[in-house]
Amino acid sequence: MEKVLMKGNEAFGEGAVRAGCRHFFGYPITPQSELPHYLARRLPEVGGVYLQAESEVAAINMVYGAAAAGARVMTSSSSPGISLMQEGISYIACAELPCVVVNIMRGGPGLGNIAASQADYFQAVKGGGHGDYRLPVLAPASVQEVIDLVVTAFDLADKYRNPVMVVGDGILGQMMEPVKLGPPPEVTTPPKPWATTGTLGRKSRNIINSLYIEPEELEKVNLRLQSKYRRMEEEEKRWEEYHATDAEVVIVAFGMVARIAKAVVDKMRKAGIPVGLIRPVTLYPFPDQPLVAGSSGPVKAFLVAEMNAGQMLEDVRLALCGRRPVHFYGRTGGMLTSVAEVEGKVREIWEGLK
Amino acid sequence: MAVATRRTQGLTDKQLHYCPGCTHGIIHRLVAEAIEELGVLEKTVGVCPVGCAVFAYEYFNCDMIEAAHGRAPAVATGVKRVLPESVVFTYQGDGDLAAIGTAETVHVASRGEKITTVFVNNAVYGMTGGQMAPTTLLGQKTTTTPFGRQADVAGFPLRVAELVATIEGAAYITRVAVNTPKNILRAKKAILKAFNVQIQGLGFSLVEVLSTCPTNWGLSPPEALRWLKEKMIPAYPLGEFKAPEGGV
Ligand SMILES: Cc1ncc(C[n+]2csc(CCOP(=O)(O)OP(=O)(O)O)c2C)c(N)n1
Ligand code: SF4
Ligand SMILES: [Mg+2]
Repeated sequence: MEKVLMKGNEAFGEGAVRAGCRHFFGYPITPQSELPHYLARRLPEVGGVYLQAESEVAAINMVYGAAAAGARVMTSSSSPGISLMQEGISYIACAELPCVVVNIMRGGPGLGNIAASQADYFQAVKGGGHGDYRLPVLAPASVQEVIDLVVTAFDLADKYRNPVMVVGDGILGQMMEPVKLGPPPEVTTPPKPWATTGTLGRKSRNIINSLYIEPEELEKVNLRLQSKYRRMEEEEKRWEEYHATDAEVVIVAFGMVARIAKAVVDKMRKAGIPVGLIRPVTLYPFPDQPLVAGSSGPVKAFLVAEMNAGQMLEDVRLALCGRRPVHFYGRTGGMLTSVAEVEGKVREIWEGLK
Repeated sequence: MAVATRRTQGLTDKQLHYCPGCTHGIIHRLVAEAIEELGVLEKTVGVCPVGCAVFAYEYFNCDMIEAAHGRAPAVATGVKRVLPESVVFTYQGDGDLAAIGTAETVHVASRGEKITTVFVNNAVYGMTGGQMAPTTLLGQKTTTTPFGRQADVAGFPLRVAELVATIEGAAYITRVAVNTPKNILRAKKAILKAFNVQIQGLGFSLVEVLSTCPTNWGLSPPEALRWLKEKMIPAYPLGEFKAPEGGV
């Protein structure tokens, strides 16, 4: 299969086009700019609509309208912009509309900076906006995986009628890697008989809404949503294991940090130290099985490495419930976690085990 | 016997929840009649606001979307860009459209989005308990301007129709009132014209409707109608502020 060289941010755009997405609404922000630049050119080529909104608040509400009208629709932004979208994402979750939101995370809090970061983990996986809701969160770690997971994201959105978030960082966005494109996947969009497209050809009206004034009714909606999230937790956990089965120290890392961790694993193995990696691909639902399984095997300690102050760390601890010690290494503010730093931490843990 | 008059097909049978004497109900009927008369009920998608009209999705007899506070124009944009052949309208109050949603209002007009906005100006936040709105008159008492709106503290009333009429993408901008039968007939014509502007693809159309809120104005329904005439119309003059050249 032919390989082409592609930038991560562009791959998000091409992945969307391959998934049959023809509508994009967004507001400019670094470091995701190449994504809207790409789609502004690409979508008109395939008969789609690229629209620059007046703000992220408007963008996510345009997404709400387009999804209500039955379209496969995407928006993308970076951390501060994603914060502005949270009210809209909560509405979309309650109204049960499918859409894909891309967050190319940058250093925070506040205006922070445009360097790579993973500090929006909590915001992405714990709800983000108001109310009890969840959304599947996918974390690709290569440009190829960006293309593939964006298609998956649209499928999950339609399957569950739920917003889906795909998170990356500035490094993934700027990085160029060869990707195998192949023929576009067959897009199977399920019928959307609930969409507000006008009543023509239908007996009853469709209403897209998230208002339930009676608490009894709203609780019913919440229970339905919760059972949907439980189904996601049963069916959608994804992860990658790298030398994890016989490892005594297992690094848990996602996105670009997992790439760094892989290099650490290779180095440690060469030095005869049994280190492995578990890379969550879905951050929600969080893949706890491989951690639990690992803890009943040879694993003596876990190391969570992130570009934040310890956010996924909480989910790893929850999964393990104290079965094994969990260590942490993280850099914040857009500082990259280096191979040498993670290696140093792994060696420290290994020495402590002896 | 011939049917002399009947309820518009544009409304459902659901009983309106508005307070006695509130003119939201009249405006609903006018919008519904216009959509029905233009024969576009089956391809219309309405977007309702957060405000007293939050339940409008139960009343308009077409596909409806309930939007977040102030965001109806963005939601309508999303719908219209996916379904360019549909007829899309928003129904919004003054807090929704001219405070929290001002950016969406300005930009839906600047894009010349082919949608129709029905803007209900009742000079107050009805739903949340009669607080000051951007359209509250100077001197008007509300729950958050208990001594009357003072310009040096709370600024000046916002004239939305005049403001939006300055925007190039706006095709038809008008202000009407629903305080007398004559004005109601005029309002109906304006709403029909606004939808026609959309159907003909001429750009963004907005009808500002001066409306009563007897409950939060602390007036009886007849007093409220008088207050609208004596206080609101002088501050918010009726008439067309922008219309397509050559008519619709
Ligand atoms: C984000 C957000 N902020 C505030 C509110 C509370 N709120 C609901 S309706 C409303 C004002 C409604 O006033 P208006 O738009 O004038 O409509 P009316 O009730 O007068 O018809 C406010 C502030 C909300 N629902 N959402
Ligand atoms: S509070 Fe005011 S605007 Fe709301 S329904 Fe009552 S009278 Fe009408
Ligand atoms: Mg009002």
